[in-house]
Amino acid sequence: MISIIDYGLGNILAFVNIYKKLNIPVEVVSSSSMLGSAEKIILPGVGSFDWAMTRLNDSGMRESLDKIVKSSNVPVLGICVGMQMMANNSEEGELEGLGWIDAGVKHFTKSGLGESVNVPHMGWNNATPIINSPLFIGLEKEARFYFLHSYYFSCGKESQILSRTSYNFPFASSVFYKNRFGVQFHPEKSHHWGVKLLKNFAEIEKC
Amino acid sequence: MLRSRIIPCLLIKNRGLVKTVNFDNPKYVGDPINAVKIFNEKESDEIIVLDIDATRLNREPDYEMIKNLAIECRMPLCYGGGVKNVEQIKKIISLGVEKVAISSSALSQPSLISHAAKMVGSQSVVVIVDVKKKRFVNKYEAYTHNGTISTKQEIVKLVKHFASLGAGEIVINSIDRDGYMNGYDLKLVEQVRDVISLPITVLGGAGTHEHMSELVNSFGVIGAAAGSMFVFKGKYKAVLINYPSQKEKDKIITN
Repeated sequence: MISIIDYGLGNILAFVNIYKKLNIPVEVVSSSSMLGSAEKIILPGVGSFDWAMTRLNDSGMRESLDKIVKSSNVPVLGICVGMQMMANNSEEGELEGLGWIDAGVKHFTKSGLGESVNVPHMGWNNATPIINSPLFIGLEKEARFYFLHSYYFSCGKESQILSRTSYNFPFASSVFYKNRFGVQFHPEKSHHWGVKLLKNFAEIEKC
Repeated sequence: MLRSRIIPCLLIKNRGLVKTVNFDNPKYVGDPINAVKIFNEKESDEIIVLDIDATRLNREPDYEMIKNLAIECRMPLCYGGGVKNVEQIKKIISLGVEKVAISSSALSQPSLISHAAKMVGSQSVVVIVDVKKKRFVNKYEAYTHNGTISTKQEIVKLVKHFASLGAGEIVINSIDRDGYMNGYDLKLVEQVRDVISLPITVLGGAGTHEHMSELVNSFGVIGAAAGSMFVFKGKYKAVLINYPSQKEKDKIITN
């Protein structure tokens, strides 16, 4: 069973619809008591960093999530701000992140890297895998995903980077560490490419 | 590489899909959910849905309808119509919408832009400016309430202001070109493109793929939106929802 965390943000039903069409069982989880049976976890997100962190903190699920993610091998996938929440902190907000991946979140142009580009990074762009990952199986080089963000995941270690996307500079558009995966783009809104990636996540063996 | 976006813009009136000319004479063209399903199949880059009654009738956004659209949409959705405060914006985002557009409220209370950006993040705050060209001079003014009320505010100053407040995208909507399908007003785009470093989407006038190519060739990565072009087909404007294929799209944006 894939548990989709409903803390009041992100397009929960878009994930449910995709998995239903794929005949993969999913469950929308809105309380920590429902987390016990989670075999895979999706942490969606749309919005600003502090708003998302506040909603997750207020949901009553943070502690249980933290425990499951850190002490078991249940794979978890963070989406967009859901990915950014997995870092230690973000330049967008003041609250602490979940700290599941030792990294920070930075603004595209204020950090002074690269040339100046239009921010937010909005629209369809490629995500080029730099290592072989089960998440990107069958996704051709031209696979495109929908991005909508002003901040990017700044990895502490090269080994955390799954794919890169070129905007201003080649930033980490998906990352991983142990059982934790994060994608900056919205697979639930990325047509057949996104469906494939979500299917791949469903098929990942326990980490 | 980031690609230009080709975006159908759907207008909603009484929960039905309509298309206007010069923001007037709405013609019923079908059911919005059905249209969304077709655009899903055609793998549309994004979709903009505007409720053109909400502000005019001073009513709340139709959350039930928005929710149903968001559930159905397999592409990013931008909703606009009747949005006046941050609470409404938060509610719409939590229904599963990626971007919320504000228009007349951005003009009457620009601080809404900064409040919304702080709360939901700039990337989800879109400002739509409906503009008409002034007579005899190369200047454009913003209008509200479906093009009926002039704000006497000039577009270049306005978009700079909106950008400084934290808008994440500006949609420039030409009232003069609406429904004519004879090409975008490139002179209008020229005035705004270089004064802000935000994504820009242009609406009003597109009738052919060539019109979209022209826009992309002139301005690089940009949003090319259209209404009539994606709901009408042929000389007699028969209602037929359509969208360029992947190949046609490549041709439009890489010419």
